[in-house]
Amino acid sequence: MNGKNVLGMILSNSYDECVPELTAMRTMGSVPFAGRYRLIDFALSNMVNSGVAKVGVLTDHNYHSLMDHVGSGRPWDLARKRDGLYLLPPFSVARGSGEWRMETLKNALAFAVDAGEEYILFTDSNIVCNIDYREIFDFHTAKNADITVACVRGVRPELPGIASYKADADGRITDAQIGAADGDTLCGVNVFLMRRSLFVQIMAEADSRNYESVEKDLILPGVSRYRAYAYEIKQYCRVISSLRSYFAVSMELFNSGYRAELFRTDRPVFTKLRDDAPTLYQPGCRVANSLIADGCVIEGTVENSIVFRGARIARNAVVRNSIIMQGGYVADGASVNCAILDKNVTVRPNRDLSGAENYPFFI
Amino acid sequence: MARKQECIAMLLAGGQGSRLGILTKKIAKPAVPYGGKYRIIDFPLSNCVNSGIYTVGVLTQYQPLALNDYIGSGQPWDLDRADGGVHILSPYQAIAGMQWYKGTANAIYQNINFIDRYDPDYVAVLSGDHIYKMDYSKMLAAHKERGADCTIAMMEVPWDEASRFGLMFTDDEGRITAFEEKPKNPKTNQASMGVYIFTWKKLRQYLIDDEANPDSSNDFGKDVIPAMHNAGEKLYAYRFDGYWKDVGTIGSLWDANLELLNPGANIDLNDRSWRIYSRNDARPPHYISPDADIQSAIISAGCYVAGEVDYSVLFSNVTVEPGAKVQYSVIMPGAVIKSGAVVQYSMLAENTVVESGAVVGEEPPSGTEEASKWGITTIGEGLTVGKNAVIGADLMIDHDIEEGEVL
Repeated sequence: MNGKNVLGMILSNSYDECVPELTAMRTMGSVPFAGRYRLIDFALSNMVNSGVAKVGVLTDHNYHSLMDHVGSGRPWDLARKRDGLYLLPPFSVARGSGEWRMETLKNALAFAVDAGEEYILFTDSNIVCNIDYREIFDFHTAKNADITVACVRGVRPELPGIASYKADADGRITDAQIGAADGDTLCGVNVFLMRRSLFVQIMAEADSRNYESVEKDLILPGVSRYRAYAYEIKQYCRVISSLRSYFAVSMELFNSGYRAELFRTDRPVFTKLRDDAPTLYQPGCRVANSLIADGCVIEGTVENSIVFRGARIARNAVVRNSIIMQGGYVADGASVNCAILDKNVTVRPNRDLSGAENYPFFI
Repeated sequence: MARKQECIAMLLAGGQGSRLGILTKKIAKPAVPYGGKYRIIDFPLSNCVNSGIYTVGVLTQYQPLALNDYIGSGQPWDLDRADGGVHILSPYQAIAGMQWYKGTANAIYQNINFIDRYDPDYVAVLSGDHIYKMDYSKMLAAHKERGADCTIAMMEVPWDEASRFGLMFTDDEGRITAFEEKPKNPKTNQASMGVYIFTWKKLRQYLIDDEANPDSSNDFGKDVIPAMHNAGEKLYAYRFDGYWKDVGTIGSLWDANLELLNPGANIDLNDRSWRIYSRNDARPPHYISPDADIQSAIISAGCYVAGEVDYSVLFSNVTVEPGAKVQYSVIMPGAVIKSGAVVQYSMLAENTVVESGAVVGEEPPSGTEEASKWGITTIGEGLTVGKNAVIGADLMIDHDIEEGEVL
């Protein structure tokens, strides 16, 4: 794959409604994750690490924090004269009556028509993985596919309208289902690769026939109409589908093997820099099984937790099984257990917050 | 054509820092790592942008590769600018021949053309190897207010250290009346910090005169400043009372790093209003395992800590395996300390490996009589200390140490 030949497209509002707590003021792509990242960092970094030189970020609503985060694209080396990053906000006047994904893709059409790349690669932003899209591309060309869909094998994520596929031994998709298929199945993660000309053709047709749903009107009929292939992602790959799964995937990061797959030194995950000092641990702190970002001051106890940049855990404070986002402050004597603290939340002295493992307390 | 600037900065970054031995074998002193994620030059560079000085010439000479690479386009400091920005100024060839920078004043002299392009009213001459946070714009305001020709930043140092510095005497208005260069018996403790602001027109002439003088060593402290003083130019001191550190030796570098763990240390690196910028790898947050025991420590991104860490600074991507112990030490990026190894009162340079069971460094003796023999042990970049090797106090290691070797 020659990265210059592939146009990258990231949908930043993927399934916002499934994590309403975290997306009240932001897009799925700007949901903070793993102590210092936003979810879109994985898609953006995968793009640039695969050599993609031009990336469009499609937005629909709530994209203030997203724009602040990606800025000119500098941290991903996408601030360029030629190619680089394009933020693509919606055209409000042209907005049709279709579902969110259909409307977003229609918004992408004008940009895609003008692009010179031969291929187009779409990804959602609720996917946590470090994959090389070049492998998908090589698969796509080897199979002489019209469309390649990246999939993970496992239990279908609880996402509305997400497709699961059946494929033959060669990987050719023989059937697609929406919303059914429980148990072990090949689930699409909404990463699609096709020729740009095919995408333009499909969307022109969707527009003229007034299709409203990508899943029902494009994916289901598409599997019999085109040579569609399923590429199975074998590496660590997780889909965020709810606050519960956000919490569970976060807690999985304590597994060194998963971390090694996600934060590879040969394919780094880039993010916006904050220029914090390193974290300071004060005498009397107790820290175990935790991920701690830069800029924190830890004086109390932290166990099985993720602490984002610039957070402070005061003396006699106890944080267990929790996620403390950027700028959080847990004051003297406070205790936090199974909780997710959004940005800049302060827990006052001696307060006690507690949720359950499968039902984290969110504030 | 460059636009006129009121004030530009010239950063002297060519120093070898020879007393840092193995740590500056391949890099200039301003590129020496400090504080868990910084290099010393981050301080003057960040001070410049925080003070509103956006044109900075960095004068390099000794082992400039790492430094040039680190500064790059200047983007981490917001110094990649269409107008001004950071410029690396190395010695160059001219019709008259090729000349190394003979001294600090000669380095600026050789770059008069660079400075003239910006037609500045003032030029700040800064040392690239000190750790401090200082607002040069306040110093410039004082310089302008007094109509000075040269303003020298000054701070009071402990009396027992005063003989290591260039000292100055001032009158009630702060005007400098006399100098003393590293005297044996200091009569003042007002020391120069190596931070100067000059009125460019004046300095330009003194640099030309100094260059024409065959007896001059072409140094600011020894030649140019005294010449200006003797000619009756207006030299003022600008009093600074914050944190300032010259990390010229292994001991003082170690000390300055560990000082950050002292809650009373007067340097807040998390001050959002005076950020210290640096260039960093994209690494995830550090992981502290269930077996780890951390007391006082500074730990950076990408570290993996499963052992014991007490009163130490870990730079990025350091690994401390289970059962390993690190105390009173500075561990630079990418070092690995394997299980059962002990690193104490030491500094490990980048990417060193301490194999399991090895012991590096020694605790200081409890009695005072032998303390003179004691010191910090330093391991050079990329070296390996073999299994169960023992390295004593006050050593500087520049080669791999074999398994079981005792030094």
